[in-house]
Amino acid sequence: MTEPTALPGSTTPGSDPEVLLHARSITKRFGGLVAVNQAELVIPKGSITSLIGPNGAGKTTFFNVVAGILDPTEGQIVFRGRKMVARAERGWLEPFFWVGPAVVTGIVLLGLWALFASTNPEAGLLGAAVTLGVLVVGLLTGIVRPLWYDRLLDRAGVFKTARPNDMVRAGIGRTFQNIRLFQNMTAIENVLVGMHVKLHSNIVDAILSSRRQDREEAAARARSRELLALVGLQGRDEMTARNLPYGDQRRLEIARALASDPVLLLLDEPTAGMNPNETEEMKRLIAKLRADLGLTILLIEHDMRVVMGVSDRITVLDHGECIAEGTPEEVRANPRVIEAYLGVPAA
Amino acid sequence: MLDDTLVATLTAQFFNGLTIGGIYALIALGYTMVYGIIELINFAHGELFMVGAFVSFSVLTGFGFAGPITDPVTLTWVLAVAFVLTMLLLGVLGISIERFAYRPLRNAPRLAPLITAIGVSFILQNLISAIYGGSSKPTPQVFPFAWRFEILGATIPWITVFIFVVTVILTVSLSQFIARSRMGRAMRSTAQDREAAQLMGVNINVTIALTFFIGSALAGAAGIVYGLNYGTINFTMGFSAGLIAFTAAVLGGIGNITGAVLGGFIIGFIQVIAAQLGYSRWTDAVVFSVLIIVLVFRPSGLLGQQVGERA
Amino acid sequence: MTARAALPSSPGLRQRLDALGTRHRSLTIILGMALVTALLPLIATLPPFSGFNKQIVWIDNFASAGVFILLALGLNVVVGMAGLLDLGYAAFFAIGAYAYAYGSSTFTDLSVPFWIMLPIGAVVAAIFGILLGAPTLRLRGDYLAIVTLGFGEIVPVVFRNASQWTNGTQGIAGIRRPAIPGVDCGSGGPLCFGAGSPLPYYIVMAILITTVLIVLYRLQDSRLGRSWQAIREDELAAASNGINTVTTKLLAFALGASVAGFAGVFSASKFINVTPEQFGFNVSFTVLAMVVLGGIGNMWGVAIGAFIIYMINSVLLKQLNAFFDTFRVPILSDIDFVQYQYLLYGLLLVAMMLTRPEGLFPNRRRAAELHVTDEPPGADVEGPDPSGPLGRGGT
Repeated sequence: MTEPTALPGSTTPGSDPEVLLHARSITKRFGGLVAVNQAELVIPKGSITSLIGPNGAGKTTFFNVVAGILDPTEGQIVFRGRKMVARAERGWLEPFFWVGPAVVTGIVLLGLWALFASTNPEAGLLGAAVTLGVLVVGLLTGIVRPLWYDRLLDRAGVFKTARPNDMVRAGIGRTFQNIRLFQNMTAIENVLVGMHVKLHSNIVDAILSSRRQDREEAAARARSRELLALVGLQGRDEMTARNLPYGDQRRLEIARALASDPVLLLLDEPTAGMNPNETEEMKRLIAKLRADLGLTILLIEHDMRVVMGVSDRITVLDHGECIAEGTPEEVRANPRVIEAYLGVPAA
Repeated sequence: MLDDTLVATLTAQFFNGLTIGGIYALIALGYTMVYGIIELINFAHGELFMVGAFVSFSVLTGFGFAGPITDPVTLTWVLAVAFVLTMLLLGVLGISIERFAYRPLRNAPRLAPLITAIGVSFILQNLISAIYGGSSKPTPQVFPFAWRFEILGATIPWITVFIFVVTVILTVSLSQFIARSRMGRAMRSTAQDREAAQLMGVNINVTIALTFFIGSALAGAAGIVYGLNYGTINFTMGFSAGLIAFTAAVLGGIGNITGAVLGGFIIGFIQVIAAQLGYSRWTDAVVFSVLIIVLVFRPSGLLGQQVGERA
Repeated sequence: MTARAALPSSPGLRQRLDALGTRHRSLTIILGMALVTALLPLIATLPPFSGFNKQIVWIDNFASAGVFILLALGLNVVVGMAGLLDLGYAAFFAIGAYAYAYGSSTFTDLSVPFWIMLPIGAVVAAIFGILLGAPTLRLRGDYLAIVTLGFGEIVPVVFRNASQWTNGTQGIAGIRRPAIPGVDCGSGGPLCFGAGSPLPYYIVMAILITTVLIVLYRLQDSRLGRSWQAIREDELAAASNGINTVTTKLLAFALGASVAGFAGVFSASKFINVTPEQFGFNVSFTVLAMVVLGGIGNMWGVAIGAFIIYMINSVLLKQLNAFFDTFRVPILSDIDFVQYQYLLYGLLLVAMMLTRPEGLFPNRRRAAELHVTDEPPGADVEGPDPSGPLGRGGT
């Protein structure tokens, strides 16, 4: 399904500006295994949506598609009006961009050489070297994919699915089911990494130890401390992540995800392994994130107290398919959901 | 006129390809087995091939053989003893290396066993150099080159066929062992999911040790065969042979037994073709380019499972 | 200067010195290097060192050791900071050396000054660093190592076989020595670079090392350094936090290669000839041993490790030979220790990885990382087959 792609901030006809993320017909196959099958999800701005389902239902796989880690076999994700994730389109066209300039340069130089300098072998060699150089630059551009290159591809109708770091730039932050903190870095360093896309010091600033870098780093550290305080980790800046207690590690991961100023926050089982007190705190934190920061949140959860207590809408997956969607009350009463969880048809 | 010599040349080169391909296949099998079970590229594996060649050299010269043995019965006995002794010794060497250099690092970050393997590789090279001297050694080519046959205008020594047969027998035995025996099943399950296998009662240490034993023994067989066929060995031959065999394993699909053999023969033929076309000095570069191309465009190799996800 | 980590409330003397050093890092490095540079030749005049070699030979050795110190520092960027195991590092060394050989020798009849060739050699090497690093970007640790090893083999093979351009196995000789503009070296003199006049080389190398140290420390503490560390710890999490792993890794390759480029240009200018044999896997391996011994990720540790190994190699082993020969110790006097240096390195490497993988002078963080025995992270994220070349992210 091709939707005209648009730059962030603009909307395409037919898409609701209040819909932050729309996942359409997402299917993910791993060889013979269909992990997700035609899953649909609409996330309105400012909402808290939960994704639930029995183990193995495909929730994390779906999450990973949304976060840009996995390519969907079919389907697409439109985020803030812009198609971000889908199977590549017109991928065959891309190599032309890599070698095209070199071919053109080569032909032009060859022509010039033939016309004016064909007796001069060194000029020919120089021309060949220049062509080779252009080829190398073209290949490298394809590898590095700077912004102007992406826009060029957009215009040509070539679609490449977003990589995880592109999703972060677009405004999505995420946490992981099994906590993937940078264990040997301190809490504040973890958050600083999360802030990566918001910082602009580059290698030149680093080498020159410029004042710009100093200012930016100081501001970044201040902001990081704010975020740590927000999730309840004030004063723990310098603690190594691996030394933090489990609950704090989960909160640190959230602080890190918040550092990039996301618009949508993906939380993968944020209360896994927590006791009832910690779960309550996490529930409150999630609600606070929406209320105070205006974040839209999508979470995978198994703990029904959290799900029912905090969600505006719930989507239920089973065996990779959406079997129900609606408000907590609707879902709770849905016979298919009951069957999926309990395994017996409702009376 | 040209046609005949061309056909003869091609035929001769075909058999050359079978020979070197078989040797690479045997080495590649060891790489692929070890990788399949503990996800480690045993950098020192190529050196085991080299050690095998030297060990068989010692065995043969130790028993007093320096040249071709024309009596088929004696030849058979000598070869049998040489093969068994060398493969046993190499197997033990392989187990020792695993036990002392790799097992302690089984749970360490990837960098550690990889660096250790490089260290082991240098240790082996330099030990052999210390024991046998740094210059190339002529090996007893007990399998007579005089035994030849004619096909399509080319004269092919029977040793070529012998090597191919040895390769096939060893490969088939290995496949059958892995597919049918209890230990083979243990190896397969450990390769798929070590923890689960352990929970099912598989003795992981023994299984891994056995894998190293078999892989090293096969490398040893490759070493014997190399010495018999090419007549000279030296302590640096393991390094490039190892890299080439590794390329073969990757080409065929790392972790896949049939793939390793297929890869070995393909690379062997590539090498022979390159030599035929006059580019023998560039073969190393060609083979490594193949490795890089495979890893970049089709990392699962020819027969491996398609793993198409981005990190 | 960017202040580093905040200190605990009651610092001891060591920590206070540490903090002072951190805040004025560049100054510390310059002063430290100046001190070392001045002291070494003086120590060389003291017994027992004066007995091994004359002072001028020591200075020559120090300058040559500096080449390896640079190489170790550069490899440390790739292996230690970014966590990419590069086994073909000597290729960039070769490229820098051959670049200078092209720029300033009788072979090409060009005479680009050494001082200009230094940055040019570094840039050329950096370009190759990007080119050779690019195919490895999606590969997991082991495979990345093998591919870099492959490149490390291909480059000398190309130099050896493309005889028209590189003079093949004979290599390129007649390379011009550096000259300080304005100084006339017709009749020799202390400011002239020569085979018997190593002092200028020594000074230049000291300045090079100082500069590289300052730049690398700054990088380590910057956003880029943080990104490298994040990728090293958990590549997937790093990407999921906005880090462009592609450019970050390529930058590591480029920077590491450019340092090797410096080393190559210097080396070519000192030994005045380059042959493909000088840049084989032995060199890559030796530099790796230096990095591992010194302490992966610790810059000054790595520099010291490189110095130690080079000195062992060029001085100690020879002295051991002389010693045992003089005293006619049975068996030991028959052994040529110099020949066994690689055996020694191999044993050293294995022993270190088994007992003290963080090296002699560990970087505290790396020590923690290298001793981890936890479950590798992220068993949840991938689909059914996470093994193979693409595997899980990370080293």
